[in-house]
Amino acid sequence: MNAIAKQVWALPGGIHPPENKHQSTASAIAEPFIPTELVLPLSQHIGSPSKVVVAVGDAVLKGQLLAECQGNVSAAVHAPTSGVISAIENRAIPHASGMSAMAIVLKPDGKDQWRERQPWQNWRDMPRDDIFARIAAAGVIGLGGAGFPTATKLGFDPERINTLVLNGTECEPYITADDMIMRERADEIIAGAQIMADLLQVERVLIGIEDNKPEAIAAMQAAIPDSLAARFIIKTFATKYPSGGEKQLIWILTGQEVPSGRIPADLGIVCQNVGTAAALYRAVVQDEPLISRITTVTGDAVGQLGNREVLIGTPMNELLEAHNVDWQKADRLVMGGPMMGVALADAKVPVIKTTNCLLLPTRKELPLAGPEMPCIRCGHCEQACPAGLLPQQMLFYAKNKELERLEQQNLFDCIECGACAYVCPSDIPLVQYYRFGKGEIRREQAEHEKSERAKARFEARQARLEAEKAEKEAKRQARAEAARKAAEAKKKEGSAAPAAIAKATSKVAAQSGPIDIAALEKAVASAQAKVDQAIVKLNEAKETDPGNLPAYERALGKFEEKLAKAKTALTEGKAKADDPVERAKRQAAAKAAGVGPSVADLEKKVATQRQRLQKIAEKLKAAQDNGDDTSAIEKGMQATQARLNKAQAELDKAKAEQAPADDVGAKAIAAAKEAAAKRAAGIGPSADELRGKVAKQQERLAKIEQKLADAQAAGEDVSAIEKGRDATAKRLEKMQAELAQLEE
Amino acid sequence: MPLITLSSPHSAKPTKISTVMGTVLLCMIPGFIALTVFFSYGYLINLALAVVTALLLEAGSLALRKRPIKFFITDLSVVVTAALLAASLPPFAPWWITVVGTATAVLFGKHIFGGMGQNPFNPAMLAYALLLVSFPVQMTTNWPVVDVYVSIGDTLRAIFAGNVVDGWVGATPLDYYKLNLATQTADEILASSLFNGWLPAGWVWVSLAWLAGGLVLIWRRIITWHLPVSMIATLALLSLVFGIDSDSFTPASIHLLAGATMLGAFFIITDPVSCATSNRGKLVFGAGVGVLTYVIRTWGNYPDAIAFATLLMNFAAPFIDHYTKPRTYGHTKAHKGHK
Repeated sequence: MNAIAKQVWALPGGIHPPENKHQSTASAIAEPFIPTELVLPLSQHIGSPSKVVVAVGDAVLKGQLLAECQGNVSAAVHAPTSGVISAIENRAIPHASGMSAMAIVLKPDGKDQWRERQPWQNWRDMPRDDIFARIAAAGVIGLGGAGFPTATKLGFDPERINTLVLNGTECEPYITADDMIMRERADEIIAGAQIMADLLQVERVLIGIEDNKPEAIAAMQAAIPDSLAARFIIKTFATKYPSGGEKQLIWILTGQEVPSGRIPADLGIVCQNVGTAAALYRAVVQDEPLISRITTVTGDAVGQLGNREVLIGTPMNELLEAHNVDWQKADRLVMGGPMMGVALADAKVPVIKTTNCLLLPTRKELPLAGPEMPCIRCGHCEQACPAGLLPQQMLFYAKNKELERLEQQNLFDCIECGACAYVCPSDIPLVQYYRFGKGEIRREQAEHEKSERAKARFEARQARLEAEKAEKEAKRQARAEAARKAAEAKKKEGSAAPAAIAKATSKVAAQSGPIDIAALEKAVASAQAKVDQAIVKLNEAKETDPGNLPAYERALGKFEEKLAKAKTALTEGKAKADDPVERAKRQAAAKAAGVGPSVADLEKKVATQRQRLQKIAEKLKAAQDNGDDTSAIEKGMQATQARLNKAQAELDKAKAEQAPADDVGAKAIAAAKEAAAKRAAGIGPSADELRGKVAKQQERLAKIEQKLADAQAAGEDVSAIEKGRDATAKRLEKMQAELAQLEE
Repeated sequence: MPLITLSSPHSAKPTKISTVMGTVLLCMIPGFIALTVFFSYGYLINLALAVVTALLLEAGSLALRKRPIKFFITDLSVVVTAALLAASLPPFAPWWITVVGTATAVLFGKHIFGGMGQNPFNPAMLAYALLLVSFPVQMTTNWPVVDVYVSIGDTLRAIFAGNVVDGWVGATPLDYYKLNLATQTADEILASSLFNGWLPAGWVWVSLAWLAGGLVLIWRRIITWHLPVSMIATLALLSLVFGIDSDSFTPASIHLLAGATMLGAFFIITDPVSCATSNRGKLVFGAGVGVLTYVIRTWGNYPDAIAFATLLMNFAAPFIDHYTKPRTYGHTKAHKGHK
């Protein structure tokens, strides 16, 4: 093997946390055990949950299908052992939030009896479609952690793919599941990789393994047959976290970067975990669906550290007890490794297809982070970041919720490996800040999309309303045009149209005019009279003209009918007279007919308008205080003012017409007129009258003097009062002079 | 036992801020030893004075700001600030210079901006610049001469009572060389006891001690190589180009091995809070300090220039950060600029 084929590219950044792998590699992979029950969540993978095909109470065999794929990206679930379906219900799943999800619960019968299997030792001879069907039905998903359905990943167009990357890096501390499977089942891995390589028709298979797994490297190298040596290349590289990240490994092995927001297939690469390859081999060649996996059980709180093949669905507490866990010492239960694992609140959750490790550290082993100190921008995080980000800047923007800036720092290229938080001397939980930032940005985007949709909807509605309005207007115009044309045509004909129009108008006027109760009563009376007359005539005819009796009877019936009609009209008219709508109609009609409303009505109207104006003024003031836009209110106020003015004018006019004799003002005017007339006629006022007047003026003057004194005492402006007093005094003088003259 | 659920990662490097600051302090020990051995006890006295003042003021500031005192004071950052200032001040400067300088650094350099991690300027250099501008006589005339070693008692009297004998103190080699260039040739200047014929006596060992401490900082991954290498290379380049004519310009050897060049390159400009952040940004920042240091030393009126050069580049650090962002994985080019 030449040097170029083995070339690797150095990972930028990265960290060297304590590996802690030796504890769990001392013993071979332990055999699976059958627990008391198996809990199989329907969604252990990325994609849509699978669909249950069994019912509670069904007896199932080992490897039997329990839930089938649903949709394009999905994975089936199979019975890990034989037994009875005891429940299909919500069960707690291994998730950071401690949430529950639909799961099939299987009660093992202890027989561990397989369903019928059809091994394909000659899998190469099988049609490609059959192989695909078997993979898709076997429920194989990526066992490295993400859990992407393998069938989907192998379904790429072979034209597009040129390289298969087999990930045996296992860079997370503590985890040794891949290490152990490479040591013990390298043949299965290579066979599985061969199936993958055949399906994808790739030229080369790059197997990446960190140099801290010499036994695994040796085993893998030995497992590659000479015939494949040119295509299957094992590349080893220095141990560094996070070399095993898909994007990081692709860089290390090929020197290519997966463009931001794209997938490895865009570079012609498909990446699979070594454990997945082994599972695929078992699925295709031995017809064993994915019903178990290798899980590392480790941490200082575990008595018997090591790896075990575990049936999927085994409750974690049963697995941990099988490894003599000391619950008193355990501080946390981490599914996965210390860098990216999920801390679980409860051990009563099942091992699922992606459970590569259960870590039970003591407090001493993995101390809790101390209180967060301020960022001193030491830049250790930046040196550690494998993605070329500026973690301290992202922290700053995330803390300040500057989402746009945060996004510009390429936040979404963060793989959340935790290297930055690991090295931070200030104990800042950086990854949590980034998760928060991502969540906020996603939420904002969702809200933005929502408002955009709402806007589009609103605009569409507006457009529709506009269109409807325009259509209506067009129809109306068309009708008006037609009517006008018809009228013109009729006019031209010179027929009795004017007479007809006049008749119609009068009819309308009669209908819409004020209801004349008196006329209706008259009609009833006349109808009654006619009926009476008819009865009299009928009685007479019984004697005088018995032959024509039916005719008389008919006439009476007719008159009776008319009377009934007139009576109905009267009651209706009376009812209508009380109906406010009819009253309003009548008023409008009266107005149209030139009969003005009564003064009382007008006064009421004026008062209403005044009230309204006052209310609007209040509203305006409130709006001005609030700083709102007042133009609309001002417009309304003007309109109300105009209405008020009009009403006032009408009222004045009505009053003037009414010649109000009882009006005080009118009385005064009349008196003044009389006095003026008398004066004009040379008849002066009598001495008594004058005396009364003088007394009145004197009284007035006294009052004014009193007022003046008060005002002066209060220190108010008295000039106006003085003026009034002078004028009154003058008038008094004049009157006294007149009186003196008269008395002479 | 209840299990604790926390978001990943679940493990952390045991390096804390106090570890970082403690390592910096340990790496300053060779420098202080060299200063004391070759020049004066005054450095140690200033160090003690500065550290005590700094701790008291830090505690007082934290109390006023209602922050936990023990939690922040044990991060040792204020001790580093005090030590940097003590290493920069003339050893025979009166005691109040040290106290005023430390107060300036802690109060106006650090806490007025919000304390730890918030200071836009290097606190020690802010204090140094303020002292140099405000008390130029005390700051430029109290430098030790290499041929007289003053006893500890006399040093204490000099600092606290102002009993400074003329023969004990003089200018720094950088200052001396520049001042005498007008009247003397390079050979005549170098013949002075300050240079022993070719290099600034004593200062060479001090510079090498700072260099040794700085290399340990890089080895311990407390700092990266970018800032010191960039600054020293720029200063060396400029002083080599101009210094070929050593009768008119100070030669590179004196620029690099006298004054605060090494202290500045490894301990001062590497203050993480106030310098540029990305690796390329650090290269730019260091080069900027190098250029400004050379310009101020050569054409300016001050004996040394590290403080002013650092402060000027502190101003520029946010700008540099915007234009030196690293390229993110999967992106064809770096996203530069403000928007």
